[in-house]
Amino acid sequence: MRIARETMAWRRIIITLAVLLPLIGILAYGFVRDPRYINSPLIGRPATPFAVTLFDGKKLTLDDLKGKAVFLNFWASWCPPCRAEARDLEAAWQTFKDGDVVFLGIDIQDTDEDARAYLKEFNITYPNGRDLSGKVAVDYGVWGIPETFFIDPQGRITYKHVGSLGSALITTKLDEARRGIVSAKEGKGSYQSVR
Amino acid sequence: MTATIGHASVIAALLFAVWGIIAPVIGSRPGRERFYASTRAAIMGQFFLVTLASLSLIYGLVTTDFSIKYVAFNTTRATPIYYRVTGLWGALEGSLLLWEWILIIFSGLVAWIYKERHRELMPWVLMIFSIVSAFFLVVLGFVSNPFESVFPVPADGRGLNPLLEDANMMTHPPLLYTGFVGLTVPYAFAMAALIKGKLDEAWIVTTRRWTLTAWFFLTMGNLVGAWWSYHVLGWGGYWAWDPVENAAFMPWLPATAFLHSVQVQERRRMLKVWNLSLIIIAFSLTIFGTFLTRSGILSSIHAFSSGPVGTVFLVFLAIVLLGSFGLLAYRADHLKGQPELDSMVSRESAFLLNNVVLVSALFTIFLGTIFPLISEAVVGVQVSVGAPYFNSVTVPLFLLLVFLMGVGPMIAWRKASWDNLRRNFLWPSVASLLFALLLFGWKVRDFFPLLGFTLLAFVVLTILFDTALAVRARRRIAGEGIFSALATLARKNQRRYGGFIVHLGVVLIIMGIAGSMGYSVEREATLRTGESLSLGRYHILFEGLRGSQQPTHFRVEGDFRVFNKGEDLGILSPALKFFPAQQSPVGRAVHRSNISDDLYLILSGFSELKENQATLKILVRPMVMWMWVGGLVILLGTIVAVWPFRQKGRGWRIED
Repeated sequence: MRIARETMAWRRIIITLAVLLPLIGILAYGFVRDPRYINSPLIGRPATPFAVTLFDGKKLTLDDLKGKAVFLNFWASWCPPCRAEARDLEAAWQTFKDGDVVFLGIDIQDTDEDARAYLKEFNITYPNGRDLSGKVAVDYGVWGIPETFFIDPQGRITYKHVGSLGSALITTKLDEARRGIVSAKEGKGSYQSVR
Repeated sequence: MTATIGHASVIAALLFAVWGIIAPVIGSRPGRERFYASTRAAIMGQFFLVTLASLSLIYGLVTTDFSIKYVAFNTTRATPIYYRVTGLWGALEGSLLLWEWILIIFSGLVAWIYKERHRELMPWVLMIFSIVSAFFLVVLGFVSNPFESVFPVPADGRGLNPLLEDANMMTHPPLLYTGFVGLTVPYAFAMAALIKGKLDEAWIVTTRRWTLTAWFFLTMGNLVGAWWSYHVLGWGGYWAWDPVENAAFMPWLPATAFLHSVQVQERRRMLKVWNLSLIIIAFSLTIFGTFLTRSGILSSIHAFSSGPVGTVFLVFLAIVLLGSFGLLAYRADHLKGQPELDSMVSRESAFLLNNVVLVSALFTIFLGTIFPLISEAVVGVQVSVGAPYFNSVTVPLFLLLVFLMGVGPMIAWRKASWDNLRRNFLWPSVASLLFALLLFGWKVRDFFPLLGFTLLAFVVLTILFDTALAVRARRRIAGEGIFSALATLARKNQRRYGGFIVHLGVVLIIMGIAGSMGYSVEREATLRTGESLSLGRYHILFEGLRGSQQPTHFRVEGDFRVFNKGEDLGILSPALKFFPAQQSPVGRAVHRSNISDDLYLILSGFSELKENQATLKILVRPMVMWMWVGGLVILLGTIVAVWPFRQKGRGWRIED
């Protein structure tokens, strides 16, 4: 009788644990995630059309780039992580420029003078333009820079990367964009600048 | 110096708390009973030291001792004296100290009042207090220390968050904390009863007033929070189902359930495990609430600082849950042998249903609050649960609760006879159906408002009808007048009539919520000087903008002349306040309340380029005022229920 009673007590304690431990686990899980993080809803959707004036005075629209995979990078001269990735971007452009790929840099929240000095400093040769009104950045939901969008030849966003990029990732994601493979989630670099 | 005294007091109090935990354990050995007596000394020591620490921080705040980081962050030289004092709960560290202070005041009161009684339970009750207190003291001493110094000492402080510079902020946090902490009293008695295996009704009878008092403060804390949100935040609402608001509301649900179900245990010796579970849940939720608020694990519009304190709270929450429910599971054998329900139509079953509804509401709100976490952990999808979920699941539950509020107090114990049902409910039911027809004729055609207002009328009618019968009986028996009959009834049966009054207050609050949820209208427009905007019977004329430099901010006010059906009601001036340290302006909405509706004006923006052009949002929210009136009625009802009236030959009745 006494033994039976103790078994009952243990059974109840185990049931209690079975209910409480997962609950505590879920709450503890809260510490490993960032509640303010929102995956970009743009991935897999058609890229919003835009028109920018390039630093050499020419005009460029997204429609002009149809049929090619587009590497669209938002940057500013005052942004340290942009400087960190600048050389890798130019090197990638040198590798891919003869293929069906276009690189386009869009400078936001910057002065003309600083932006030109930046392009000169890193010997950037791919086309770059300024988003004077900030409209393009708003359309693409740019929150901090650098942010990079990969667009496939059909004009669909296949991947978004927040923060600075490395050359290996550029190669992989450009290849996916060329083939129209859409990533499930945006990627995150180690650091990002917010003004 | 002040900081040293404060910090040293916290550490010394922690030593007393540790002693308060160890002493009863030693005392439980045969021949060591004298150690029991020292548990009281441990509480009194903590009481003295924590009071000293709190006064040190207040002294630091009042004298703007900027060498203390907390003071530098929460006051400036320009801060008026009362906001310096309320700076005590302006941020995390101070709030925790306030919590601990209130806790130890409650513990001290318990130790003092029950000096001669409950000799068996008291050492363990005080041990539970010491455990909770030790946790807060560890946090205050080592994790978020309010007495941390800052070097170099700044010339001026950063000041309170401007939103907190409001009279309601002086009352909202202390009220809420008092409610939270108050629940520790029944929890401590419940745990002591479990530890000792002394599971009769003594702990429930003893803590009844404490629970009711805690419930009252919890209710007021939430209501004043809603009031603050409505008056200061300037968005026209008072409740947004934000995680932090839910955290404050959730303990209220099991506390309310507990208040009702303990009556069943007192009278019928039923629901023992249930009552213990409810009080454990209610207490755990007060810790959970603080964990949620301070850990930053959920996205909330209430931007609170996060830090290691979240982890510490989670560990404590785990200990509380596992320890309490583990003990309950272990002792469950002693809790058997309760009689079964005699009938489904009885007060027991009405109270039981009330409990089921309250716990269901708690579960749905809890689930909605932590659902973003569950969803991401289990399926990796981000979701956000908003007001539509909470409204659609809780409204039907709360309506059912309103119905039970009408039935519960009048239906007989054990088994309601036809006679009982007919006598108490026939006329109120008929009258409320007539009321429903009247509402229908008066163009209240939507289902939920129609049902809601009808049920509210039903509750009021049952209460009035029952009271009227009782008054008539007293007039006949004792020949008293109406008012003296009411006074005698209330004094002879405090709990019943206090409860009735509280129920009437709840009816008013729900009426305000139902009216403002169902029938609010709003309009927004950009106006030039001399232009006007109409909404319902109100007509609003824009008379121009004014800018002025205030001590702490620059203020832009719009002058709007309000007409009610052509009658000039004067000018209302909503404003936008620009604080130098804040990126976006803080709004100051203004409103004009009357018994039928509130007119609420928000200055949403103005043009910097074109002079004298402003964007105005107007809301007309019916019956909001009744929520605040309901709060006052609850205050009255609680006083009637707990006031220790002097009874003939019995002395003061602190005990029951």
